[in-house]
Amino acid sequence: MKEYRTNIMLCTGTECVNKGALEIKKALEEEVKKRGLEDEVVVIPTSCDGFCNAGPIMIVQPDGIFYQQVKVEHIPHLVEEHFLKGRPVKSLIYVPQKEAQPIARMKDIAFFREQRLITLRNRGLIDPEKIDEYIGRDGYKALVKVLTSMTPQEVIEEIKASGLRGRGGAGFPTGKKWEFCRAAKGEPKYMICNADEGDPGAFMDRSIIETDPHSILEGMVIGAYAIGASLGYVFIRIEYPLAIKRMEHAIEQAKNYGLLGENILGSDFSFEVKIFRGAGAFVCGEETALMASIEGRNPEPGQRPPFPAQSGLWDKPTNINNVETLANVAAIINRGAKWFAEIGTETSKGTKVFSLVGKVNNTGLVEVPMGITLRQMIYEIGGGIQNNKRFKAVQIGGPSGGCIPENLLDMPIDYEELIKVGAIMGSGGMIVMDENTCMVDITKYFLTFLNGESCGRCTSCRDGIDAMLEVVTRICEGKAIEEDIEFLEELAPVVKDASLCGLGQSAPNPLLSTLHHFRDEYLTHIKEKRCPAGVCKELIRYSINSEKCKACLLCVKACPSSAIFGEKKQPQTINIDKCIKCGVCREICKFDAVIII
Amino acid sequence: MDKLNEIIDKYRETEGALIPILQEAQEAFGYLPKDVLVGIGKGLKLPLSQIYGVVTFYSQFFLTPHGKYTIRACRGTACHVQGAKKIISTIENLINLKEGETSPDLKFTFETVACLGACALSPVMMVNKDYFGKMTPKKITTILSQY
Ligand SMILES: Cc1cc2nc3c(=O)[nH]c(=O)nc-3n(C[C@H](O)[C@H](O)[C@H](O)COP(=O)(O)O)c2cc1C
Ligand code: FES
Repeated sequence: MKEYRTNIMLCTGTECVNKGALEIKKALEEEVKKRGLEDEVVVIPTSCDGFCNAGPIMIVQPDGIFYQQVKVEHIPHLVEEHFLKGRPVKSLIYVPQKEAQPIARMKDIAFFREQRLITLRNRGLIDPEKIDEYIGRDGYKALVKVLTSMTPQEVIEEIKASGLRGRGGAGFPTGKKWEFCRAAKGEPKYMICNADEGDPGAFMDRSIIETDPHSILEGMVIGAYAIGASLGYVFIRIEYPLAIKRMEHAIEQAKNYGLLGENILGSDFSFEVKIFRGAGAFVCGEETALMASIEGRNPEPGQRPPFPAQSGLWDKPTNINNVETLANVAAIINRGAKWFAEIGTETSKGTKVFSLVGKVNNTGLVEVPMGITLRQMIYEIGGGIQNNKRFKAVQIGGPSGGCIPENLLDMPIDYEELIKVGAIMGSGGMIVMDENTCMVDITKYFLTFLNGESCGRCTSCRDGIDAMLEVVTRICEGKAIEEDIEFLEELAPVVKDASLCGLGQSAPNPLLSTLHHFRDEYLTHIKEKRCPAGVCKELIRYSINSEKCKACLLCVKACPSSAIFGEKKQPQTINIDKCIKCGVCREICKFDAVIII
Repeated sequence: MDKLNEIIDKYRETEGALIPILQEAQEAFGYLPKDVLVGIGKGLKLPLSQIYGVVTFYSQFFLTPHGKYTIRACRGTACHVQGAKKIISTIENLINLKEGETSPDLKFTFETVACLGACALSPVMMVNKDYFGKMTPKKITTILSQY
């Protein structure tokens, strides 16, 4: 490969592309050429860097200068100053919220500093569509090692010794799962990668596939070798077109290189992989529903046992692993179980990828060692709460998880600790909420979601969620009594115990965790008929402060229910009978004249 | 219908072909009209009721034509805490459609989705295949006026 003096690593992940990364690429290439630098400077499109809200992002190597929020119009100046005259452009360098000093180098930025990359080891470093770049960074080395020098049992022992646990939700030890499937009788055996990612608010599986599809394929082939599978499926949700495209491309390339298909790398092991495009329902991510979906049946979860390892896809032994679980495998084989087991806590080894979103300053994808505290996540990596608001809770584990309050921010993140406080690791969505988020409303949100996603097969899940939602809705509307809380607390355990699959069994979690940690907020809604966060529509009223109103009439035009009226050039008024409390007026007002009372 | 037979033939040998066939048929025809479903039933020797069962289970399939521009607003958790409700009512107001509706002139269809997978930029919406992040009611007005 040709060597260049300067490599511009331009992020072309979904977020940066949405913000114009491809136009920037074109502008950069043109400008570099115009200045006659094309033999010295090269633009390399890379996968997602994870720091999505700073995008479009580029990192200039070898000096590691990090540019953010780059626009096409910046390019001529940037090329002239940095690449011609060697002076980094200050105005495009990252400035943290609280400090005034720009930080030029990526490794010094808090968002990246605390991270430890194993599953995302190639992020920002390779072009995900080029297998040679993956191979250039030790890609498929683990597969060679496994096929030439390890027995399937040795692979299983190595994964067991590493302590790797499933990243798809429950945290089941991966090595053990493989061992069960290996021991099960039946041919053929199947290996499935679960990339359904139905948890709203989480996008790490999408990003891992887009960033480094071969790392998942390599993990799949190694796993298939260990359990003796001959056919694999990657189950990707159809809402992820780029991920599907990259995976298809990766499978094609791996086949051409003899890394997939008949007699892989000349050994007597053969394994094929197909993509199945999942059709968008939360419950499809549950393993038995997922298999039903591949078989073309309605994706209703089935009874377990028998577990997929004994009787899975078409009643054959089947192993299902999450994307992130599989992305760890090659790294463990290459660097050894001992190395992996030294990272993390007593019970939770390695790293976890989180999608850090919501009301933090730095949103994006982060990979951190297990055992890091929530405070480090939110205040160091996340850079604190937006607009200097007050932190209220962080939601972890999605619709099966819970909300963790401020007094628990110093707890370390691992599987067991999260369960202790009423959340779960889940897939890794981490949604930060501030004083303007109402915890009763969030609970209503999750119950509404689950109500829509319950497949309806068990009465306890279908009617139980419905009943909980009905009560919580009444609380939001100020129509509940204190006894309702007792009712919820009696109902929740019943739904947990009587439901067939994980959806129903964990559905009460968001409710129970908010009732436990934010009981006062429930009581304020019930007793004082007040929503302290100013969210629950029935308990708030919008009004216009006549001193602040400049009669620009923006709100009048924006109001969907024509509820705002008044004379021209005079302060406006809201007709409460017509107001649907959507809050659009408050959002659109430039003078903060719309208030909540 | 030749097109449909082509799609069915492609998957004839595959187990679990129903969903991929439905996906391709929808791509080809824009939606899944009844005669297409009947054709698939005949081709795969499946009862129509089972096909309807699958089609109605998944939010991805639709039985009526969609507008030229499908607007999808995210109501996922990250978007919810960042004010997705306001975004949704602003869109509904601007194009005069409720969730799930298509305008009579087949210009717009409006849907809400559980998560668009771009949560770091919440609140998020999509018009056909283009994403728009960090939405505000004001930005939506500008964006939608381009269509
Ligand atoms: C309602 C429900 C939804 C789930 N969704 C997902 C998902 O989107 N992705 C995933 O990997 N696992 C999901 N799971 C967990 C899977 O059933 C399964 O445990 C997991 O894929 C196993 O992989 P792992 O051992 O590598 O974690 C879900 C479980 C339930 C009960
Ligand atoms: S929550 Fe809206 S994009 Fe994920």
